[in-house]
Amino acid sequence: MEVKRYAHGSRVPGWDQSVDLSKDPAAVPDPATTHVPEHVRASIEVLMARYPDTRSAAIPSLKIVQREHGWLSPEAMEQAACVLRLTPAYLIAVASFYDMFELAPKGATDVYVCTNISCSLLGGDEIYAHAKQILGDDPNFNVRAFECLGACEIAPMASVDGTYVGPLTRADIERIRDDVEAGREVLEDKQLKRRPAASKHWNR
Amino acid sequence: MNVDTTLFKDIDEPGLNTLDVYQRRGGYEMLRKALTMEPNAVLDEMLASGVRGRGGAGFAMGRKMSFIPKGTMEKYLVCNADESEPGTFKDRELMQKNPHLLIEGIIIGAYCIGATNAFIFIRGEYDYVADILDAAVAEARAAGYIGERILGSDHSLNLVVHRGAGAYICGEETALLDSLEGKRGNPRLKPPFPAVQGLYQGPTLINNVETLMNVPVVLRMGGAEYAKIGTETSTGTKLISISGQIRYPGNYEIVLGTKVRDILYDLGGGPLEGRKFKAFFPGGSSSPVLPLTEDVLDLSYDFDTIAKAGSMLGSGAIIVFDETTSIVDVAYKTAHFYRHESCGKCTPCREGTNWTEKMLARIRNGDATPMDLDIMATVCVQMTGTALCVLADAMAMPIGSMIKHFRDEFEAYIEAKREEAGFGPAIPQVNRGANAGPQPLLQPV
Repeated sequence: MEVKRYAHGSRVPGWDQSVDLSKDPAAVPDPATTHVPEHVRASIEVLMARYPDTRSAAIPSLKIVQREHGWLSPEAMEQAACVLRLTPAYLIAVASFYDMFELAPKGATDVYVCTNISCSLLGGDEIYAHAKQILGDDPNFNVRAFECLGACEIAPMASVDGTYVGPLTRADIERIRDDVEAGREVLEDKQLKRRPAASKHWNR
Repeated sequence: MNVDTTLFKDIDEPGLNTLDVYQRRGGYEMLRKALTMEPNAVLDEMLASGVRGRGGAGFAMGRKMSFIPKGTMEKYLVCNADESEPGTFKDRELMQKNPHLLIEGIIIGAYCIGATNAFIFIRGEYDYVADILDAAVAEARAAGYIGERILGSDHSLNLVVHRGAGAYICGEETALLDSLEGKRGNPRLKPPFPAVQGLYQGPTLINNVETLMNVPVVLRMGGAEYAKIGTETSTGTKLISISGQIRYPGNYEIVLGTKVRDILYDLGGGPLEGRKFKAFFPGGSSSPVLPLTEDVLDLSYDFDTIAKAGSMLGSGAIIVFDETTSIVDVAYKTAHFYRHESCGKCTPCREGTNWTEKMLARIRNGDATPMDLDIMATVCVQMTGTALCVLADAMAMPIGSMIKHFRDEFEAYIEAKREEAGFGPAIPQVNRGANAGPQPLLQPV
């Protein structure tokens, strides 16, 4: 549920999520009673060993459990907290700050459509509206308007599960849907990683 | 125009991201050379090169390095690859295509300041780039360039690629450190500066990707020789990211001091078919916009000239828009972005970005009067320099500059929208320009 902390609309990331005040605050989960899948535990422990302070592994670990559970469910938080030896509340506080963590169930395929300045100058908003219309109700997709994704040379662009594609037209949204459903590479001809660097000596 | 490139040289060569090809092209030679030099000698080369930070602030890299205290305490080097400034995408291309140059730069930088732990903080959205970096780091470790006693020297280094999770504010150095420590990315009070007390309370050097990639280049050329490229105070080459309503968007490497006209018309190919340029952000969405008049087109693109013209070079992200675009829409997009990305810690920023966006939304709804422009200008002035980090200034500067340069357009837009919405004409601004009444508060930047 959403509880507006600043009724006039100011934003502190994550502050508008309500909490259940009737519940006692959760302590660090007990490893004896918390089930953590072995591969999840192993990959989080690898991360923890990388840093001088294990707390630094919090954000990468949340990514692991989000991938595992599809979103940061209470169970996912519990598992990460158990391995990291932190409280679930701490992890929720951290996760709610960042745009890529989902604290509510979502579709499996993330479609982040950039609507920042460079993309919107070239029609990013229309692409987003169209994507919302086509994919918004599809339970397999998670369509979000995103701030600059750092690929303005292919504006208007989108990131489909981390694959950058552009420049997009409205028809590409349907192609994205078809490609994802068929399990193909998304918009193969429009992927950024296949694009050569811009050059003064382009064929014009 | 000089099209000689250093960082972008043969950037599209197949396999440049692998150790084999990189080494064949002379990769890691500069690391070997650096390890035979005293750390201070490496620092002297950096100081002599005059290379300035490529991330936004343009602070001299050598000086920043010299602030790191000497001694045997735990020191850290952090590479800021959280490239989130709207319009900026140079680091993405560099890391994707030439990751080993960055790794070599980091190892030399760490040797120079005596750091034994280094981190690359890459933004979460660049997942596929982080995969490339991970692979490159593994190759470098296997070859003995990272790890214990690098190439038989006394220097050891542990390098970790850390992926963020999507927050613009984490590009701010102290917020980045908090995020790297596993916390919410809130900026810290400065001083103490990270050079004294940064990551895990230890002295920390934080540099942008492109800056660190220049380290091997400087060593190869020699600092004094490098300083001859570009202008006196802005040395070297710079990657610029051109985007927006322009024919050939993309990353280009230029020698600092290239004319704005050459950048926009020669490299960028000029405006789209049948249109005319209106204005541009010279250095990312945080830089004040400049109208593209003949005078501005004749400016030399370097740190000091752009600053003198009332803007800043920032990250080198040039966003151009043409006459078909309303300045109000650009202002709204800009304010909306900063409102969303404000971490909410400091009141002037949290409230200022929110109310500015609201006032711009009112303008777009036809519910505003020209007086709102004065209020917005006041808000922008009050936000500047009053928060822990520069995110507040980063919104105030472009919005303030848009009101300053395009006030007529804003006013005409307001009147037109009021009429459309059936509100009737705005209250006449009888005192405008006279000594009585509210004065425009925003002084020329």
